[in-house]
Amino acid sequence: MNNLLRLEAGEARIVADDPWTLIRDIEAEQPAGQLIVPLARWLEDPQQHGVWLGPDDEVECLKPWFAQLPLIALDFPSFRDGRAYSQAYLLRTRLGWTGELRAVGDVLRDQLSHMRQCGFDSFAVREDKSVEDALKGLAGMSVLYGRSVIEPRPLFRRR
Amino acid sequence: MYQYDDYDRALVFERVAQFRDQVERFMAGELSEEEFLPLRLQNGLYMQKHAYMLRVAIPYGTLSARQMRTLASIARDYDRGYGHFTTRQNMQFNWIELALVPEILERLAEVEMHAIQTSGNCVRNITTEAFAGVAADELIDPRPLAEILRQWSTINPEFLFLPRKFKIAICSAEQDRAAIMMHDIGLYLYTGADGQMLLRVIVGGGLGRTPILGLQIREGLPWQHLLSYVEAVLRVYNRHGRRDNKYKARIKILVKALGIEAFAREVEEEWQYLKEGPAQLTGVEYERVASAFVPPDYRSLSDTDLEFGTRLAENPTFARWVSRNVQPHKVPGYASVVLSTKPGIASPPGDVTGEQMDVVAGWSEQFGFGEIRIAHEQNIVLPDVPKADLFALWSRACEHGLGSANVGLLTDIIACPGGDFCALANAKSIPIAQGIQARFEDLDYLHDLGDISLNISGCMNACGHHHIGNIGILGVDKNGSEWYQITLGGAQGKHSALGKVIGPSFSAVEVPDVIERIIATFARYRESEELFVDTLQRIGLEPFKEAVYPKVLEVSA
Repeated sequence: MNNLLRLEAGEARIVADDPWTLIRDIEAEQPAGQLIVPLARWLEDPQQHGVWLGPDDEVECLKPWFAQLPLIALDFPSFRDGRAYSQAYLLRTRLGWTGELRAVGDVLRDQLSHMRQCGFDSFAVREDKSVEDALKGLAGMSVLYGRSVIEPRPLFRRR
Repeated sequence: MYQYDDYDRALVFERVAQFRDQVERFMAGELSEEEFLPLRLQNGLYMQKHAYMLRVAIPYGTLSARQMRTLASIARDYDRGYGHFTTRQNMQFNWIELALVPEILERLAEVEMHAIQTSGNCVRNITTEAFAGVAADELIDPRPLAEILRQWSTINPEFLFLPRKFKIAICSAEQDRAAIMMHDIGLYLYTGADGQMLLRVIVGGGLGRTPILGLQIREGLPWQHLLSYVEAVLRVYNRHGRRDNKYKARIKILVKALGIEAFAREVEEEWQYLKEGPAQLTGVEYERVASAFVPPDYRSLSDTDLEFGTRLAENPTFARWVSRNVQPHKVPGYASVVLSTKPGIASPPGDVTGEQMDVVAGWSEQFGFGEIRIAHEQNIVLPDVPKADLFALWSRACEHGLGSANVGLLTDIIACPGGDFCALANAKSIPIAQGIQARFEDLDYLHDLGDISLNISGCMNACGHHHIGNIGILGVDKNGSEWYQITLGGAQGKHSALGKVIGPSFSAVEVPDVIERIIATFARYRESEELFVDTLQRIGLEPFKEAVYPKVLEVSA
C-alpha cells in the first residue's frame, strides 16, 4: 500500500488500492504492474508508465505527452525543498495538466495544504507516517490572501 | 493604522490553533525536531542559547498604543520584563517557554498581531521607514503597498520553502531610510510624469556573509503590477536559487551567477504570463487599504510655537535633544520624535522594559494619535507630536531612560543581541557596544563629532548591519576566542556603501581604544563641520590604519 491520499471531486480519501509503484532505482529489477519511473528513463519510452520528476527537472518537457500520460509525480527530496510547489504551479496553470499530480518523497502532514493549494491532487505520505493523521493536514486554513492554483483570484478579487 | 477585518482576524486565530496543535505534537514526540524546526521558525520561534526566542512581527514598524501595551504585558508575564527591538522593526522576546507560546500568540492575535514568517526561508516582514506617512521629504505614503504586500506574502503556499530567507523593503522619500539597497527586493515608489505611481525594482541586495548592494531590474513599473512582478521574481528564485549551500542560497548569489541582465530577462519572461492577470492590483483594493492610512485629524497649528521657542533658548540640554531626536513633519506645527533606546551602560541597544513600553503607549496617546513606530535603527518613534508638547515629552522621556540625545551619533549603536543570547553568534555584541558607549560619554564631544553610524554584528549573518555602518564591527571566532574585525566607510541611504576592513581583528578590551583612535584621526583631519564619512572619503583609509596599527611593523621586525 502506498500510504496515499487522493482528492476526488474535492473530497479527500485514503486510497487502499493504489495500483502504482514508484521506481527510484532504475538499475534494480522492475516489478510488474503500473510503474512511476524517473524522467530520464521515462523519456526513453514515453508510451508507457507514469513519470516522476525531481526538483531539477524541467516540467516543460512533458507538454507534448500530456494526452497519453496517465500520471505525473513530483518529488520532494526533503520537505524543506520547495521547488515542486513552483513545478506544480507551472504544470497546472501554465501548461494545462489536468491529470493526476502526485506528491512523492518527504511528504508530511504539515505541508499538505500548501501542496493542495499548488495543484497536487494525490499525496503519497512518507512511509513511516500515519496516513489517517496526515489527512488532518489537508484542509489548511480558511483564508488565502494571495492566489494559488486552486484559487487563482487573490483575496482582493473575492471580497 | 490598518485595522483587521474578518479575514485577517480569522487567519491569525486559525494560525494560532494550527501552531498550538504542532507544539503539542512536537512535545508528544509525534513531530521530530527536524520536522518541527521550519514550523516553529515560520511562527517566529528560534532556539537560542538559553531559551526559545519569539520574534513578533511589527509590520512596516507600525504599532498602536494598545499593541505596545500587549507587548509590555508579554514582557512581564512571559519574559523577564523586557523585549528587544530588532533592525527589521520587529520585537524579540528572549526568555520564552515553548509550551506557553500558543498562549502568547493568542494574546497577540487579540490585538491584531502575529509572529508569522518572522523567520524561516520565506518572505519576511515587509519593512519601510519609521517616518512613513509623516516625513517632510516623503513622495508617496508607502504603507498601503507595504500592507498589500504583507497580506499577499503571508502563507503564500508556493513560496514558503524558498532556498533562503527573503526580505522586501519599500521606500518613497528623498532620503532612503528603509535601506532598500540591502534587501532581496527593494522597492522605490515615486510619481511618474503623468502623476501615476511607479516602482523602481531593485533585487539581490543583502548583507550576511557576502554583502552586496542591490541592482535595478525595472524602472517605471506601474504600481498595479507590484504583486505580479514580485511573484515573477520569487518564482524564478524558487526554481533556480541554490539549495546546496545555505551561504550561497540568497537571491543575491543567483543574480550574481546569472548576471543582472540575464536575471532580469528571466523575470520579464515569467512576468509576461502574469501581467494583466488576476494578480493585477485594482484601484478598489488600493483605496480599501489606503483608507486605513488617511492622515489623522491634525490640528491647525502655527509652525512656530512661542513656548517651544522659549524652551529651546533657555534650555541647552533640551535644545540638544531637539537637534538630534526631532525630525521635521509634513504638517505645520508638528514633529516626529525619536526616543533613543541607546542610553549606554544602563541598557543594551534596542532593549526596552515593559514599564517603558507602557509609558511610551501613554505618550503616544497623550502627545499624538495613539500610534508608534519602530525604526530599523532600533529606536522608537512617536510620529505626530505638536511642537508645543516637545518639552513635556522630553522631560518624561528623560525620567524613563528614553531621553538620550544621541540619535545618529556615535553612541546610537545598532547591535544584534550577539553571543549573550544568539546561538549563531561568534562573539558578544552588547558588551562591545557598552564599552564604546562608556568611552564616549561626553555628549558635547559626541555632538561635535556629528553623524557617525556604528553597527555591531556578532557574526557573519550581519543582523547588526555592520557592513553599512560608517564604523562596522564584526565578531569573529578565532580558535574558540572572540575577536572583532573593524570596517570603515559603510553607509546606508541613497549613497549606500559597504565598509572596508582596515586590518587584523582585535580583542574585546581593545575595541574602545581602536574606536577612540579612529575618532581622533577623524577629528585631526576633519575640515570645519565635515561629516565622518566625508572626511574618510577625502583622506582614504590609510591615515586611520596608521593610527590604529602604528607599532605593527616595529613589533614584527
